[in-house]
Amino acid sequence: MERLLLSGNEAIALGAAHAGVKIAAAYPGTPSTEIMEAISRIPDIYGEWSSNEAVAVEVATGASYTGVRAMACMKHVGLNVAADAFMAAATTGVRGGLVIVSADDPGIHSSQNEQDSRNYARLGKVPCLEPSDSQEAYDFARAAFQISEEFDTPVLLRPTTRVCHSKSIVAPREKNPIGQNPEFRHDPGKLVMLPGAARMRWAKIIERLRQLSLYAETSGLNKIIVGKTDLGIVANGISYQYAREVFPGASFLKLGISYPLPEKLVRDFAGQVGRPLVIEELDGFIETELRAMGIAVTGKEFLPRTGEFSPDVIRDSAARAGIITGAKSKPAPASGLAKRPPLLCPGCPHAGFFFTLSSMGHRSTLPGKTQRTPKLTVCGDIGCYTLGAYPPLGVIDTCGCMGAGISHAAGMAQAGISEKPLAVIGDSTFMHSGINSLINAVYNQAKICVIILDNGTTAMTGHQGHPGSGVSVKGQSGNRVVIEDLVRGAGVKNVAIIDAFDLKTIRSALRQAMSSESLEVLIIRGECPTLARKKAKPLELSAQKCDDCGACLLIGCSAIMKTGNGKITIDPGACLGENCTLCLQLCARGAISAKEVSS
Amino acid sequence: MSGKDILIVGVGGQGVVLASNFLAEAALRAGYEVKKTDTLGMAQRGGSVVSHLRYAGSVASPLIPAGEADLLIAFEKLEAARWAHFLKPDGAAIVNDLAMPPLSVTLGTETYPSDQDLLDMLSAFSTNIRLVPATAAAANLGNPKMVNTVLLGYASRWLDIEPGILTSAIEAGLPEKLRKTNLAAFETGRDLAAGQFRQE
Repeated sequence: MERLLLSGNEAIALGAAHAGVKIAAAYPGTPSTEIMEAISRIPDIYGEWSSNEAVAVEVATGASYTGVRAMACMKHVGLNVAADAFMAAATTGVRGGLVIVSADDPGIHSSQNEQDSRNYARLGKVPCLEPSDSQEAYDFARAAFQISEEFDTPVLLRPTTRVCHSKSIVAPREKNPIGQNPEFRHDPGKLVMLPGAARMRWAKIIERLRQLSLYAETSGLNKIIVGKTDLGIVANGISYQYAREVFPGASFLKLGISYPLPEKLVRDFAGQVGRPLVIEELDGFIETELRAMGIAVTGKEFLPRTGEFSPDVIRDSAARAGIITGAKSKPAPASGLAKRPPLLCPGCPHAGFFFTLSSMGHRSTLPGKTQRTPKLTVCGDIGCYTLGAYPPLGVIDTCGCMGAGISHAAGMAQAGISEKPLAVIGDSTFMHSGINSLINAVYNQAKICVIILDNGTTAMTGHQGHPGSGVSVKGQSGNRVVIEDLVRGAGVKNVAIIDAFDLKTIRSALRQAMSSESLEVLIIRGECPTLARKKAKPLELSAQKCDDCGACLLIGCSAIMKTGNGKITIDPGACLGENCTLCLQLCARGAISAKEVSS
Repeated sequence: MSGKDILIVGVGGQGVVLASNFLAEAALRAGYEVKKTDTLGMAQRGGSVVSHLRYAGSVASPLIPAGEADLLIAFEKLEAARWAHFLKPDGAAIVNDLAMPPLSVTLGTETYPSDQDLLDMLSAFSTNIRLVPATAAAANLGNPKMVNTVLLGYASRWLDIEPGILTSAIEAGLPEKLRKTNLAAFETGRDLAAGQFRQE
């Protein structure tokens, strides 16, 4: 039998493909991004990067209404954006199987919070499936489509970072054909949710939930692994794998369907073991459901409610609770090491703008000098450019969720702060939900300055296309929404487009925009260097002319460094040469040049 | 089947994930159950990157518990120190002799440890530490980016996987034009280890 080494995300994509999915839509977001990327490589399936997650769910729902199988993929915070569309699909139900993947991020590897998507399953009264490795990611994705059609419901597939970004072995099974002959059947009582129809529908949803919990009693997605009976562990997803390692001899009830719960199965299991324990990451979701059924279980009394689990976390918690004894102590990491936070890349088109903002706003200070009180209020957003919050740039004051920066700034301006607030947003985020905020700012005459940092891609998640790049999920160029036309069309009078590597122009445009009495939009445009991969001859630093003042270090470019003896050097392996030249522009002594330094 | 728990660490952009993919694919071909997982920071470049790889007859968690790794392969010295607590007391640390100071060091707010300090820190976790001039070796072969293949060659002496399986997995994962030089880099790594290797 063929055995493949796949990540959980690749396995979900393959499982969906082998289930015969016809349409898939997503907005990129770690840890979910690679699902869509893997689907885009499979012929005959329509895939798209949608402009945001609500749109993705709506596209998939529409396709399902024509009878084909459809999927929408996102990260947990994307499900907030899609919540309305998700609830709408939960209410109407489906025709072709509809699977909504929401990948949770316990431990906040790359997110703004660690909310637990299972709560949306309960809200929408839809089943939630939780795979624990790549084989299950493949199998559960297939099963999800079948459950969706059998019970007339969207299905929430909830992997977590550790499943999405782990590789393990998958043995694929036979393929279903991709759905053909899509056809919409008129059924307003099911699909037009005016109050009269919706009331009828809601009663069906309550009955659907009851049927689903009966299904969960006997479904192969829930498994009992019989072991010693003193300890009985109820676990879901990756927590099951960790618990299996820590308690190799225990009995397990592994819940592949974590909502709705199979009451009889859990009650029987709990009755057969000495101590029933629930081991689940994030919320005590299963635990609360079981307690509501009157089943006495423990778990969150000793296991953390936040952060990612690991075998170590479970072992340490169990030892503290006296459940296991004789656990050997683990070595602690070396202390006091220099931290290594992520950085803007050498040649990043955001660096010059952030440097300018930093110097104008009193944020940047040469090493050893006292920091001044910052001027300028800068509302940030979600993307690579959030890294502008780190030193030495340090120019982001707020960051909440996709598209929030412009509205934060508008709120501050409407509240009456004295300085004109700035909002910084990337091109992909602007398309995702920044446009909504901009339209509001235009309409309500918010006196703010909006800076769109346009690097032509969704860089942070790995260079996905978006409406402003015009690049499809398969990498083909198609229609492109021109940001400046969109902004002007929204009613913004003052729009300037500026080269991201021209520091003087950036500074004068910022000065002008901040002193004006109206809404201003600056589009700072420059290619993402890791996408373009262009490299010119590295810039050179003249040791004779350089006085090691350190001004060039304030760009935060990782190609420029101060060596042990205090001398500044440029790493020729990392410098992008004339594709950037930011350090050259701000060196007061002219010590940096693009040409050979003579002598 | 005995198997191994291997932690591969480095700085974003150095090829840590690619190297662990090669090893995982080789372990699959050798008939093991394999699980691997990468933990990455937010951005594409410059942050600390760690990849856990486990292969054995049966593997549950993809994460290696602290103090249980058989092998630590570090592409950069400071990262070796950061993750050394995952090593078993008799586990081997294969450390590339390369310093990449983080921005906090180049700005002067934090310091980069001296070689002696680093060795002291590493020695607290294991007595089996190898400092390998892998970047220099890769540069000699014409491409410093091949440091990951040099280190894989070096580490191959510790693995229960035939070198032929490793090289075929590396070949399958690379475009045609990079294969020949990377196989040479792998052999260079093996040669570097040959003189010092003893079967533990």
